[in-house]
Amino acid sequence: MATEGRKKLAPYLLTLPGVAFLVVFFAIPMATVFSVSFQEGSLSKGFTFTGHYQNYTETLARYDTQLIRSLLVGLIVTILTLVISYPMMYWIAFRGGRRKNIYLLLILLPFFTPFLIRTLMWKTIFADEGILLGALKDIGLLPESYQVLATATAVVAGMTYNFLPFMALPLYVSLEKMDPRLLDAAADLYSSRRQAFLKVTLPLSLPGVFAGSLLTFIPAVGDPIDPELLGGVNTTMIGQVVQREMLTNNAYPRGSAISFMLMAAILIGVFLYARALGTEEMTG
Amino acid sequence: MMSNMSAVRLEGITKAFKDIVAVDNIDLEVKEGEFLSFLGPSGCGKTTTLRMIGGFEQPTSGKIFLGADNVDGLPAYKRNVNTVFQSYALFPHLTVAENVAYGLKRKKVARDEAKKRLEEILELVDLPGYGDRRITQMSGGQQQRVALARALVNRPGVLLLDEPLGALDLKLRKQMQLELKRIQHEVGITFIYVTHDQEEAMTMSDRIAVMNAGHFEQIGAPQDMYELPATEFVASFLGASNLLDGEVEGGDGNMARVKLAVGTTVSVPTDRMPAERGSVRVGVRPEKLHISSDVSANGHGSNSVDAQVMVSTYIGVSTSYECRTTDGSKIVVYVQNLGNAAQPIGAGASVRLSWDPEHTFAVGANGGDK
Ligand SMILES: Nc1ncnc2c1ncn2[C@@H]1O[C@H](COP(=O)(O)OP(=O)(O)O)[C@@H](O)[C@H]1O
Ligand SMILES: [Mg+2]
Repeated sequence: MATEGRKKLAPYLLTLPGVAFLVVFFAIPMATVFSVSFQEGSLSKGFTFTGHYQNYTETLARYDTQLIRSLLVGLIVTILTLVISYPMMYWIAFRGGRRKNIYLLLILLPFFTPFLIRTLMWKTIFADEGILLGALKDIGLLPESYQVLATATAVVAGMTYNFLPFMALPLYVSLEKMDPRLLDAAADLYSSRRQAFLKVTLPLSLPGVFAGSLLTFIPAVGDPIDPELLGGVNTTMIGQVVQREMLTNNAYPRGSAISFMLMAAILIGVFLYARALGTEEMTG
Repeated sequence: MMSNMSAVRLEGITKAFKDIVAVDNIDLEVKEGEFLSFLGPSGCGKTTTLRMIGGFEQPTSGKIFLGADNVDGLPAYKRNVNTVFQSYALFPHLTVAENVAYGLKRKKVARDEAKKRLEEILELVDLPGYGDRRITQMSGGQQQRVALARALVNRPGVLLLDEPLGALDLKLRKQMQLELKRIQHEVGITFIYVTHDQEEAMTMSDRIAVMNAGHFEQIGAPQDMYELPATEFVASFLGASNLLDGEVEGGDGNMARVKLAVGTTVSVPTDRMPAERGSVRVGVRPEKLHISSDVSANGHGSNSVDAQVMVSTYIGVSTSYECRTTDGSKIVVYVQNLGNAAQPIGAGASVRLSWDPEHTFAVGANGGDK
């Protein structure tokens, strides 16, 4: 009896380290932040829990533009990374032959440099008189006043670049594990290449599309670095707002409240997305 | 149900992949309603030939006809041919019914008609009511039937099957062989069947095309080929054969005389000889031989050689004797256990092996026509 009980327990015991880790480093901090989001006070006087829900309503009223802008930018970046990496990964997975891994490495190579350095390099490229715009202006292709840096274009471009691998790798995995003979079967059953793609390849790659979208969208929406370095005053995003409230203004309750609202917005978005793609396909 | 119309015709088909010539200038005509097998060892070009008929590969040179139409350059999706793939290649994201109806949908067959055909075909392959299952929920044998149904439901002119039973265990394979034969009989569609299993090819086919290194060694009905293999390759690939080296010595009109390397001279019907002179290999099937421990007797047939039993193995329905002649050639003899046989002959015994000249065949001796 006793050993049987222990046998049944064993699988649960195996999850214990993971559960403990999550409790200490995720659940407790989350609960703390959640509690802070309903507190009032200042750094010098200390914060007290008063159920101050205005932390939510007031910040939402003040930062709704930045929140919506962030969700929108996240969406655009996700779509762009998808559109750029899908054909690339398709080609590597089906046409890469023995050199698949080399091609993959070549694409990932730039991402071995730190995030910050990469973004600063983009800043150099986009600078008003930099190597790209300066040259185009010199030969008169662009007006002197033309500017990319400090615009939404620069932010979206930089983020699309920075988040590309997060989309590309899950896509590659889902395409690569597809049996290419399924395309023969589709052709055998009267599908043109286009139909075979739409009816077989695309549905089978949806788990990759879904995973890649989550891995891109979620961090992109909250990313403070790209808009900070590449954007301007008109492109402030919610990640920057959180950063300012928390680190500059020391307004922990407001920062926490924004974070929770951001999380809620992302969760709703992801939920709708999963529904649209079909959860059946996701879980196989 | 076979007609005289040709369903598939290959004329001088060659396929080269860079420097590998996978298929080397082959000709073939398959009749409507025929069950024809490509039989040969792995890598001999069976799949490549099938894929060219299906339109998945284009031949390097030569012409392919489906019915009366030259289909050169026509892509797979425009050919009235369907394939059962080696590993089934079923769509994992679709249900059984969706897999089977895939081709009907692409061809825009009307809904009611498609539904009716789907149900009929699931009935035919013995999977009624399985339509809503996911592919991953089906066993290997069931997946095989789904693959068959998915191809047959389109009523193609020709069905191509690439080692369709290769992944099944022996018992299931035997059962499916009979079932495939029954289905082919019922639907009357031309089957081109690829296998490397000679027994499978023998039991199922109207004709077999034995393939070796990219060309056909011989094409014919199973029993004809078994009785009279044209090459050493066919003789040894299709069932067991005993082959003995010899020189043609001449003969009269009907019988050629061949002096074997072991010393004796045997008769071979002239129409079973590959050449009128020179070196040949004389063959006889193990079950056509008589074994006698009385080396002076000559009761069965006028061809004979003397040998020594090396191993005798009792298999139940028969006993197999592995013998060796004085020049070292190995000869295998199967003796049916009829219950009245006297004493089994033990290892070491000297024996006389004899057989009827009518059961003798001969193939070219070079062996290099492989
Ligand atoms: N796509 C290909 N590229 C290069 N060589 C190939 C290709 N397909 C087949 N071959 C070669 O052609 C020969 C015949 O292959 P295949 O037709 O698959 O033989 P089988 O089906 O009889 O086993 C083999 O040597 C194989 O390596
Ligand atoms: Mg093959």
